[in-house]
Amino acid sequence: MEEEIKMENPEESEIPVAPENEENNEISQDKLHGESLGDRVKALSPAATVAKRFFRSKLSMIGLVTIIVLFVFSFLGPLCSPWGEKEADNNKSDAMISGSYITYSVDDTELSGEEITYAWNRTLNDYAGISGDHWMGTDRQGYDVFSRLMYGGRVSLTIGFVVILLETLLGVVLGGISGYFGGWVDNVIMRIVDLLSCIPTIPLMLILGFALNGIGDLETSIMKLYIIMGVLCLIGWVGTARLVRGQILSLREQEFMLAAKCSGLSTRSKIFKHLLPNVIPQLIVSMTLGLGNVILMEATLGFLGIGAPLSTATWGNMINLVQDMRIRSYYPNMWIGAGVCITLAILAFNFVGDGLRDAFDPKMKR
Amino acid sequence: MVKYIVKRLLLSIFILLGVSMIIYFIIRLMPMDYIDQTLGGLMSGGSAMNQEKIDAIKALYGLDDNSFGGILKGYFGWLGRFLKGDMGTSYMYNEKVEDVIIDNMGISFGISFVSLIFELIIAIPLGIKCAVNQYGKLDYTATVVCMTLMAFPTFFLGNLFIMLFADKLQWFDPSLGLVSTSLPVGTSGWVRFWDMMWHLVLPMVVLVLLNVGSYMRYQRTNTLEVLNADYIRTARAKGLSENKVIYKHVFRNTMIPLVTVLASALPMLFGGAMITETVFNIPGIGKKTYDALMKGDIPLAMGYNMFIAILTVLGILLSDIMYAVVDPRVKLGK
Repeated sequence: MEEEIKMENPEESEIPVAPENEENNEISQDKLHGESLGDRVKALSPAATVAKRFFRSKLSMIGLVTIIVLFVFSFLGPLCSPWGEKEADNNKSDAMISGSYITYSVDDTELSGEEITYAWNRTLNDYAGISGDHWMGTDRQGYDVFSRLMYGGRVSLTIGFVVILLETLLGVVLGGISGYFGGWVDNVIMRIVDLLSCIPTIPLMLILGFALNGIGDLETSIMKLYIIMGVLCLIGWVGTARLVRGQILSLREQEFMLAAKCSGLSTRSKIFKHLLPNVIPQLIVSMTLGLGNVILMEATLGFLGIGAPLSTATWGNMINLVQDMRIRSYYPNMWIGAGVCITLAILAFNFVGDGLRDAFDPKMKR
Repeated sequence: MVKYIVKRLLLSIFILLGVSMIIYFIIRLMPMDYIDQTLGGLMSGGSAMNQEKIDAIKALYGLDDNSFGGILKGYFGWLGRFLKGDMGTSYMYNEKVEDVIIDNMGISFGISFVSLIFELIIAIPLGIKCAVNQYGKLDYTATVVCMTLMAFPTFFLGNLFIMLFADKLQWFDPSLGLVSTSLPVGTSGWVRFWDMMWHLVLPMVVLVLLNVGSYMRYQRTNTLEVLNADYIRTARAKGLSENKVIYKHVFRNTMIPLVTVLASALPMLFGGAMITETVFNIPGIGKKTYDALMKGDIPLAMGYNMFIAILTVLGILLSDIMYAVVDPRVKLGK
């Protein structure tokens, strides 16, 4: 589109287009077609423009709806479910029919026949198939798979948000300091970033998982998952830091920062009022895309059996059952649900992240 | 250029020192009774381990002292031996760590390399086609399919395929692994090779499906960028056919960023796909290390992590150098 414009009217393309200023762009386009501004352009605030573009994209809407559905499913769903997270179904009727040969007498006549005893007791209803009681069957412990899917979403989704928030906070602070002050501070922080990005994540998580197993009662506590995710934050901020630093380095040289300096603003207000707000679009995009990654990480930990204790329902833990060959081939109802939920969550966050990136991108004209 | 490379190599050494220190300290977080226990398990498991040997190993690696000073001493001990080229002996395989890594690297490299080739064969033409017809039907479909594939966790797609194609349809060996258990010991040559290929098809298909999306999207973005470049307009303006513009001018220029991305795929190529190998039970370096890590095998854990870290550092360096090699406009060294 932009290309076309330039071809038609070469002088017009000389007009500098400020990246953040959406209207500016539309004005230049309108002048071009020789129409008056008021006819075609409704003055929209930049935020409204972004929202409009975001909601127009089909994929972002699919993603957003999926995320909302997943949240409702995991946070409100359990309220409607008759089964708890760790509530085993003990109501399977096991009937026992036994017969024995006996003799008995009726009216002084000796008779013989068979006595049939019918006894039944209630046992654990594990490995149950799909039924009205258990929409997705039960697992090895007799827990209802569908209910655990809902409870599992709570842990997986919450952890995603917490980790991303912490990572972003660390990344913004350190990346901001690095970009703004430069010099040796920048050098030190950037070398730390280089160092951390060379640490292989999955082997590290494995070592940590096994190391923590030996400490106290961590093996049976969900604290272990929190600690591992905490360490993940300590490594994961490097991407955000790089992004923020790069942005601030380029923003620092622009005129509005010179103006801010001339008006004698404090360093703090220069950073928080003038620099950071300009980085926020990129931050939101990287956070959304990062959410999918954290959910994947939690699932991987669960699959490898080093995250939360296996009795705790998380999507990763539920897919861990697939390591049992019998369950893999004969009881797909136990693990496919969890896999689909993980995939849907990651996909949805990626769709939304992509949609947001396109919506924020001033060069996009669709 | 030479000066730049030397500078970067020196910097890499510091990075690797830092990485090794961090990993060593985390490994030492493992409580010692855990190591006793797993080593004891190995001992009863009939491997060449006995109590004396365990104590000797612990003393050798400085594992008997768990104070901060002790850990530091242990680290420098490890570092000293590492610099001399001695990475220690793996507890679990009772073999030199470097031998374990080198012996098992081949199969991992084979799988990753073949998959990478297929990924590129699919991703590059598709990416260019999508970019040329931006927002067309093909572009839209390919984007959605690629994003969906990218969202699948390795272990989910892998197990799904195993369930469908090995367990249910029996197209592949449901007992997984690298060779059939029914294959007589000592079979070699083509029979063994085809048997291995039969086992490797599924993991490779999974790897290709999972990774093709990111390459395709990368190629698409690159192509879009190149399509907007001035020299492409020039090429069109001088009346070249569209085919010539796309396949000569655009295609060649999209290779520049792609080469740098390929250079940074180095750790993935040699380091093995740990989760894929675990899922498909393929005895590559990833699976071997995974098993060893579970047993608290410190020397192999350190060795493998350093191996990956070195590959990562080299990959980044290589991609920067490649950038300057492929694109004459880029000048290295500041």
